[in-house]
Amino acid sequence: MLFSPWATVAIFFVVAVVVALLISAVPGIFTSKRPNRAKSEAYECGVPPTSAMIGRFPVRFYLVAMLFVIFDVEAASFYPWAVRLRDLGAFGLMEMVTFIVVLGVGYAYVWKKGGFSWR
Amino acid sequence: MNHLLADPWLRFILVVAIKSGVLIFIVITSFAYLMLFERKILAWFQLRLGPIWCGPWGLLQPAADAVKLVLKEDLTPRDADPLIYRFAPAIAVLTSVLAYAAIPFGTFPDGSPVAIANLNVGILYILAAGSLGVYGIALGGWSSQSKWPLLGAIRSTAQMISYELAMGLSIIGVLLLAGTTNLSGITAAQSAHHVWYILPQFVGFLIYFITATAETNRAPFDLPEAETELVAGFHTEYSSLRFGTFFVAEYINMITVSCVATLLFLGGGDGPFLATLPLLSVAWFVLKVMVFLFVLIWMRATLPRLRYDRLMAFGWKVLLPVAVLNLLVTAAIVALVKA
Repeated sequence: MLFSPWATVAIFFVVAVVVALLISAVPGIFTSKRPNRAKSEAYECGVPPTSAMIGRFPVRFYLVAMLFVIFDVEAASFYPWAVRLRDLGAFGLMEMVTFIVVLGVGYAYVWKKGGFSWR
Repeated sequence: MNHLLADPWLRFILVVAIKSGVLIFIVITSFAYLMLFERKILAWFQLRLGPIWCGPWGLLQPAADAVKLVLKEDLTPRDADPLIYRFAPAIAVLTSVLAYAAIPFGTFPDGSPVAIANLNVGILYILAAGSLGVYGIALGGWSSQSKWPLLGAIRSTAQMISYELAMGLSIIGVLLLAGTTNLSGITAAQSAHHVWYILPQFVGFLIYFITATAETNRAPFDLPEAETELVAGFHTEYSSLRFGTFFVAEYINMITVSCVATLLFLGGGDGPFLATLPLLSVAWFVLKVMVFLFVLIWMRATLPRLRYDRLMAFGWKVLLPVAVLNLLVTAAIVALVKA
């Protein structure tokens, strides 16, 4: 191949950006804008809004995000290993079993602490 | 024009740009007809007719919907962050389209894949593009500065990142068997071994199927837009074409996960009569994707929605350990058979 496939992906990306921008520009062209106070208020089932927005939300969502970062980095390390396992053989298998045991201890700890139950 | 085409770089850019444009056009058109397909099938499940008035068999319904959406007033809530609010749908549709740069839709007679780019890390690229999909939803819900969209967006984000983990792990079984991350390499390995990986990797396929449904926010995992609790979830404040754009992104994501499932577990373009007519692989590919999409719609018609705490517990306490177990068993077999 004459050119790197990533050059192709880059061109595809540019075309996709153009299409996405076109789609988000179209609504402004054809529509009439007649804003009024009631229309531009945040939707709350027809009741006048009680506050601008909820300022707080459950901290559990942060916990999920943190757990995701930890476990996703672990999962990413599986990919190169998975592709080469045929060459690594039993040695590669044992290495990964050790890794998963260590990972499992952390997983069991989070489970025990109630990190996975939604309360 | 001729001297422009003589330059190899310019010619390359032009050819790829035209190919990309055509592919994106096809993807967006197939979104429109997937929507009609879904409405028709859901109607039949409920003994209704579905869209019938626009064109024969309702075939012009997507066009009518598009015209209607374009002509609707484009509202921006007073408190919304105008810039992010405006561009969040564009980000959603951009990230959903990106994956198509790497998907091989079949094979040409000379054995090269029918794809924009034949990446040697194709599956990683698609996973990366797929995980960017969270941004459109999170930014759209947050920038609305309204209660329902914000709740829908954080719910959706938590759900998507939780299930992404098990999804990533379920794919590794296939990589172990195929020994490559190149998508056309994976399908070639399946035709070479004369077995689609859905058989040896059935557990992996099940996990992929469940997580793919959750990733695309489809029933029974459509909690981000649970009407009874959240009005419409992250896109409550959106109207006009911006509202429609989120649907474009969601349905394109549906097609993407169906394409990936077909490539990894159903042999891609593998099928009978390929020796006589290699381009038939594109038809087999499309057929398998359509079967997968039909099952997704079928589930929507059949299954009730999960409760949110059960959804999160299921992802972390069931899918994740099962995926790791599946990975270990597959790895053991691959490593020991070699030894």
